Amino acid sequence: MSQPLLRVENVCKRFGGLAAVDDVSFDIAPGMVSAIIGPNGAGKTTLFNLISGFLPPTSGRIQFKGQEITGLAPHRIAARGIVRTFQLVQLFPDLTALQNVEAGCHLRGKGGLWAALARTPAARRELDAATTVARDLLDFVGLRGREHVAAGALTYGQQRLLEVARAMAANPQLVLLDEPAAGLNAVETEHLAGVIRALIARNVTVLLIEHDMSLVMRIAQHIVVLDFGKKIAQGTAQQVQNDPAVLEAYLGGVEMDAAGEEGAHA
Amino acid sequence: MTSPATTSPRPDFLRPAVLVPWLIGMGVLAYAFIAGGYLITVLGFAAIYAIFVVGLNFFMGYTGQVSFGQNAFAAIGGYTSAVLTTAKGWPVFAAMPVGIAAAALLALAIGYPTLRLRGHYLAMATLALGLIVQEIAVQWDSVTMGYTGISAIPGLGAFGWELPNDRAQLAALLAALALCLWISSRLKHSRLGHALAAIAGSEDAARALGIDVARYKLLAFVIAAVYAAFAGSLFVHIVGFVSPEVFGLHMVVLGFTMLYVGGIGTVFGPLVGAFIISLLPETFRSFKEYQDLAYGAALIALLIYAPKGLASLSRFLPGRKGEGA
Repeated sequence: MSQPLLRVENVCKRFGGLAAVDDVSFDIAPGMVSAIIGPNGAGKTTLFNLISGFLPPTSGRIQFKGQEITGLAPHRIAARGIVRTFQLVQLFPDLTALQNVEAGCHLRGKGGLWAALARTPAARRELDAATTVARDLLDFVGLRGREHVAAGALTYGQQRLLEVARAMAANPQLVLLDEPAAGLNAVETEHLAGVIRALIARNVTVLLIEHDMSLVMRIAQHIVVLDFGKKIAQGTAQQVQNDPAVLEAYLGGVEMDAAGEEGAHA
Repeated sequence: MTSPATTSPRPDFLRPAVLVPWLIGMGVLAYAFIAGGYLITVLGFAAIYAIFVVGLNFFMGYTGQVSFGQNAFAAIGGYTSAVLTTAKGWPVFAAMPVGIAAAALLALAIGYPTLRLRGHYLAMATLALGLIVQEIAVQWDSVTMGYTGISAIPGLGAFGWELPNDRAQLAALLAALALCLWISSRLKHSRLGHALAAIAGSEDAARALGIDVARYKLLAFVIAAVYAAFAGSLFVHIVGFVSPEVFGLHMVVLGFTMLYVGGIGTVFGPLVGAFIISLLPETFRSFKEYQDLAYGAALIALLIYAPKGLASLSRFLPGRKGEGA
């Protein structure tokens, strides 16, 4: 493959004696949906924290577009073009849906204290542009008509969608979605799958963590499987599903968390 | 949904729910200017406190942080003004900016390490800051005169000219307050204000969206300190006297009460809170020995029935659209 968008190289994260992420390496190609799967406690979210800068790796390197981003602060990594969402929804609950996405437009502008005080034409344009972008993104994820509802008053499924819209506001090239379908019903999951595919059409690469195996198998072109902090397999949905190590991890161990869904699609 | 008018982020002054309180406020002001006397003094202090609380609102309302130590910055503004204009003979308009700058510098120096703390820890650190500064005001006798305090501080004015009477002083304080509110409104409805709102909503999410949380928190802390120092400086020039008790913990408690009663996080909440809390005790004067009891009961009732503050009440009345004040 050509130059990968994201390269994770021998990355380790230890918490005391526990290796939460243990010597993991993989590449993420641009322009597709990739997924990280694995039983609970496999180190998926820790890996997201390392890529997005919320935790520094104990060792190893992370490169984005060929540049080293290992250990950079989260806001700097976001500025490079990687924006994440959270397993537990982290909206700004008192702000409306529209205000949430407008606040997410921070990286699209650059006005500071003086621009705000003088309300320069540039600052005004930035604010107007943020509103336009926010309305467009709310339309995009299917939240038209909910612009003025407080984020905390949206249904759970709508909150998930709002988080995706807000992440898009930061103009990312790579979005990390941490269990975007958790807690969604079948209809909502279907809608989300459509939104994720549409992200690719907007030139955004997607890397997601997901327990809903049927969703992963349908939308992910590339899958990385973790177990106990180690990468045990990677490849297409088909390759991964038939990998003995993966079957062992999901069916052979004690953590049967995702085994039901897995079985249904094997 | 009704068609959401592309919101100009300005309160709609023409709605009765907003207009009526404004008119009542204007009425009280007009009455004070005509009648003069004690009411002018009360309103003057209310205006000074409102400036202090507008600053507090930046840090606590817009940015969602906690500080029990804003009195430290008011003390620095007040004492710098007092010392420079008395012992050094500086003019007021020169001393005031120096006090504000000193407070801003201290906020930078203190904020840089302490703003990493969250919640209770930040509250404790700022509480300590307030107590330390007050203790310095007590102990640094040679400069602050300790408990005796500094008196004969010149009034507001410039080039040897002072505001002639309390009416002129009140007008000046109201003008200063208007400027402070205008700045607060401008900053709230800006890219900067959006970043602060994001931090108040979720620090982690703000970070993930590219917002430099540490930098913006520090900025909000410094802005709050500048407001506090300005209020402290105005206070000593209006009263003509300063002692450590002036900037004690009660100032923090009063500021908090005003902020929550008025409406934390709103532009005009500090204004509403400062004036209501300043006027309430006067209103209850006729209750004689039950005055404090009535005052306390009124506060509790306010916080139960308007937990988001009085400024938020206009939302529940008809005619609301978009966002409130």
